[in-house]
Amino acid sequence: MVLPSLKLPELIQEIRGAKTQAQEREVIQKECAHIRAAFREGDAPQRHRQLAKLLYVHMLGYPAHFGQMECLKLIASPRFTDKRVGYLGAMLLLDERQDAHLLITNSIKNDLSQGTQPVQGLALCTLSTMGSAEMCRDLANEVERLLLRPSPYIRKKAVLAAVHMIRKVPELSDIFLPPCTQLLRERHHGILIGTITLITELCERSPAALPHFRQVVPQLVQILRILVMSGYSAEHSVAGISDPFLQVKILRLLRILGRNHEESSEAMNDMLAQVATNTDTSRNAGNAVLYETVLTIVDIPSASGLRVLAVNILGRFLLNSDKNIRYVALTSLLQLVQSDHSAVQRHRPTVVECLKDPDASLSRRALELSLALVNSSNIRSMTQELQGFLESCPADLRADCASGILLAAERFAPTKRWHIDTIMQVLTTAGAHVRDDAVANLTQLIGGAEELHAYSVCQLYNALAADISQQPLVQVAAWCIGEYGDLLLSGSCEEAEPLQVQEEEVLTLLEKVLQSHLSLPATRGYALTALMKLSTRIQGDNNRIRQIVSIYGSCLDIELQQRAVEYNALFRKYDHMRPAILEKMPLVEHGGPQDDEAGEGKEEPWNPNRESQSPTKTPTANLLDLLDLLNGASGDAQPPPALDLTPGGSLLHLLDLPSTTPSLAPIPGLKVFDREGLQINLSFVRPPEIPALLLITATASNTSKSDVTHFVCQAAVPKSFQLQLQIPSGDTVPAQGGPPITQVLRVLNPNKAPLRMRLKLTYNHFGQSVQEIFEVKDFPPDTWQ
Amino acid sequence: MQFMLLFSRQGKLRLQKWYVPLSDKEKKKITRELVQTVLARKPKMCSFLEWRDLKIVYKRYASLYFCCAIEDQDNELITLEIIHRYVELLDKYFGSVCELDIIFNFEKAYFILDEFLLGGEVQETSKKNVLKAIEQADLLQENQNEDWGGLSDDIL
Repeated sequence: MVLPSLKLPELIQEIRGAKTQAQEREVIQKECAHIRAAFREGDAPQRHRQLAKLLYVHMLGYPAHFGQMECLKLIASPRFTDKRVGYLGAMLLLDERQDAHLLITNSIKNDLSQGTQPVQGLALCTLSTMGSAEMCRDLANEVERLLLRPSPYIRKKAVLAAVHMIRKVPELSDIFLPPCTQLLRERHHGILIGTITLITELCERSPAALPHFRQVVPQLVQILRILVMSGYSAEHSVAGISDPFLQVKILRLLRILGRNHEESSEAMNDMLAQVATNTDTSRNAGNAVLYETVLTIVDIPSASGLRVLAVNILGRFLLNSDKNIRYVALTSLLQLVQSDHSAVQRHRPTVVECLKDPDASLSRRALELSLALVNSSNIRSMTQELQGFLESCPADLRADCASGILLAAERFAPTKRWHIDTIMQVLTTAGAHVRDDAVANLTQLIGGAEELHAYSVCQLYNALAADISQQPLVQVAAWCIGEYGDLLLSGSCEEAEPLQVQEEEVLTLLEKVLQSHLSLPATRGYALTALMKLSTRIQGDNNRIRQIVSIYGSCLDIELQQRAVEYNALFRKYDHMRPAILEKMPLVEHGGPQDDEAGEGKEEPWNPNRESQSPTKTPTANLLDLLDLLNGASGDAQPPPALDLTPGGSLLHLLDLPSTTPSLAPIPGLKVFDREGLQINLSFVRPPEIPALLLITATASNTSKSDVTHFVCQAAVPKSFQLQLQIPSGDTVPAQGGPPITQVLRVLNPNKAPLRMRLKLTYNHFGQSVQEIFEVKDFPPDTWQ
Repeated sequence: MQFMLLFSRQGKLRLQKWYVPLSDKEKKKITRELVQTVLARKPKMCSFLEWRDLKIVYKRYASLYFCCAIEDQDNELITLEIIHRYVELLDKYFGSVCELDIIFNFEKAYFILDEFLLGGEVQETSKKNVLKAIEQADLLQENQNEDWGGLSDDIL
């Protein structure tokens, strides 16, 4: 040996003296080599010293498995010193996963049956700490015998060994149940506390044991009474409380026995009330007992007065300067808030105070409890408190707090305006932490509150102007400004201060949102669409908007690009439809299906809602049809569709609106005949579904003093056309502007050739028959192009 | 109680008592994580925290942290009392105990704990009885070492 083996204290000193991890490792490796050598040599007297060193090293995290066998040898030795260290080693190095552990079963058996008390104590301790199921089965009988030995020292340990055995092998309950009743009569506190632990374990594992042990409730109550009534005992008192450990164990067992059992509960009610009122609460020991009492009272069917007392005790705990006590109070109140809601409500102010606690675990509990206490009568004040908390709370609580406030607002909002204000405030304070559907909820809410549109848009505008970083808020604000921009600009909000906003300011703000690097792609989408909607809401010209829209036509983000391109198309080709398309949204049904229309994007709540009966829907639905056609006709939206402008420079009207109202027809009419008061006028319609078709309505009107009768109109067209005359409405036009005759002529012009038509009229007027033939040449270009 | 750990402010383990069977690797992992969590707590925070599915009760005495893991239905406040009782026992035994005592006499710290708790439960609520038992055991050890005659069996 190069260096002599160190004694334990020296070894410890050296390890502590090591300056680096490497140095420490060196010292330990050297020493372990000595230890291994010593074990090999089988030096019996020093073995316990070597093992002790090894155990120290093991605690520092170094491997020590080669000491396992030595533990066995030490345990088997007759010397108490050896056994002490050997059993300690077994508890630290051997566990049920090691194969070696079963080998100590025999030694334990011997020690239990033949050893002196200290030795028996060691054996029982080891068995209770690391005894596996097999060991427990083997040694159950030994332990049972020890329960009846006269020495309290052994009995108290045997009882707890039995607890461990039952945990490992539940069937052993049968052996250990019978002795309990007798053990309960002991006066030794150690045996008592062990017995009560054993009974508790038996009852928790097997409901069948409950009726058996309910019989001892009076006995338990008596033991508790003696403890509580007894004066100071030097041996067992802690801060003036007699054996709080034992009291707490008894109270817990009473809880288990009294649960769902009226009779047992009744037997313990008085005692519980006494403990609850008489326990000194100045120190932790008393509060521990009181806490257990409260838990028991609320878990058993106790008198309502007692329950209120329990909740009040918890309320008092909330005012305690000791943080730990406040913590357990909040935890318990949270469990009680459902069953004893009104009792807990009384302590709401104190709970709210706890929100301000700097300790995060306390404020979290306080938050959960506060949210559970919100109801319709306290919603306003509670929301105020919670909003205050939201501003200053730690980051990990923000999401919970924000969603809690929003949920409470949804359930109990007294007015819509309050609701909108509340959501807005939450979004302003903690926008990044709200759930995804908050935006949708808020837009729906605002959309539905028509009377608040002006108010909402003003508030949101102000909020947006102040801060464009909170994404949910920006999204909602953008949507609102787009929808209700006209209300914003007219300054028509009565509920808040009148706001004078210039169009340029609004556009600048939306542009800022669009360009900001803080904005998410979805937010940008909102902003772009809002700008587009504003093009129909503002009085001034649209140049700025058109500029922006066309710039974004080449944006890298596909969603924005698509939108910009479509909006561009709206400006250029379908400008006449723009107002109708960008009309105000109809009210969205709550939770109704949200359809995507014509690739407008997911966030836009466009809702065609075909089931609705609102009359404004029809043109919208038809427009959407047109849009479908639009996209279908132009193929990929990516490259902008080619515009074909006629040489004349006027916009080409490819599509016309269906003539549900004739005033929508843009093609000018034509007067073709006027003689002595009889006029023939032609009006034209080009139905969109059939581009080659022209519908002409010929109207014959009479301003003269004499009726026109036997009126017949005939028409002829060049060979490339097809003509169909429909039945006229009549053949008489009464004098002095009487009801005219109308007749529809259908002309098919597939070649788009210039239209020419000959008309032949025959009628009677002023007593004479008239025949006229003439050609109509100057048809408007729109009728045939 | 599932386990009790004693560690210094630098995170060095001074005592580990496990009342549930776990592999060495698992024990090391739990120890490492828990030590980190507890050391990160600010001084004014309360003594309880939730960790995995357990409740942790901890208290600092001078340079040592005493940390117990209890189950959901256990009473946290009485666990604080248990910790305090153990410290009192150590104090009585060593006479004004400090961390060094526990470092150099770690086996004794274990023996004292084993007279106070058994299988994770309180076995003796009288301070006097615990200390007496240790005393007797110590005497027995000494006497045997010095080859004295057998001592009487009864401790209590």
